[in-house]
Amino acid sequence: MIPSTHYLVVAALLFVIGVSGVILRRNVITMFMCIELMLNAVNLTFITFSRFLNQLDGQIFVLFVMTVAAAEAAVGLALIVILSRRADTLDVDQADTMKW
Amino acid sequence: MEYILFYGLATTSVTAALVVVFANRVIYSALALIVCFGAIAGLFFQLDAQFIAAVQVIVYAGAIMVLFLFVIMLLDPESEDFSTDRLKQIPILVVPLAAALAFILIQVTFLWSENASRSLSAGGHTAGSLQMTGNTESLARLLFREYLLPFEITSILILSAVLGAVILTRRPE
Repeated sequence: MIPSTHYLVVAALLFVIGVSGVILRRNVITMFMCIELMLNAVNLTFITFSRFLNQLDGQIFVLFVMTVAAAEAAVGLALIVILSRRADTLDVDQADTMKW
Repeated sequence: MEYILFYGLATTSVTAALVVVFANRVIYSALALIVCFGAIAGLFFQLDAQFIAAVQVIVYAGAIMVLFLFVIMLLDPESEDFSTDRLKQIPILVVPLAAALAFILIQVTFLWSENASRSLSAGGHTAGSLQMTGNTESLARLLFREYLLPFEITSILILSAVLGAVILTRRPE
């Protein structure tokens, strides 16, 4: 049996990589994929705790997170399509109409 | 054997995640993300969550990433070069931030495992009992009894997301 900390460290690393991707990249689609990566890291944490606390509730939560991720992908990609249609760019630095 | 599998999956997922962040072209990021999701599904399998592992492959690596690839092919984004001045100065801020965040998260992890060794036998769904009834059946019992209301609310969420996506991408008259 592999100790729980191994899985949790992998999840923490994936989450940090996702965060740095959102800060580092300026392409909307890549930033969006990094958000999905963070959601997956959290899912891994949920499953690990569910396994090591002998409870299934964590797996139910993962199902809900996946639903939210799917809904988010549908709406977010629609927004990206509109952004490229109106502003003709995928660079978030150029989409600064609402920036104060 | 168990450890070899775990370290293989863990290094695959972390390397693929790094490729997602540092690839110059968006399409490479998307393909690396699919690999990363597959490796995470393998980790779910190791953690006795077979149903979630299957859903991960079908929903994430299948549905969501195909949606991403469709949009990437539709919009054809230009590649982002890391050698430009603007991107060069950002890592100075990001690297310490990421290191600090990783340190905090891993610290919390070890703190938890110290506390948990005292009170670990919390639930009744052990690996043995799951093998008796099956992972999917136990999950279904929980989902359609205790979590029925959240489950129904999820359907409203998906409906509103679908309507939102359709209305947003409609061509202006």
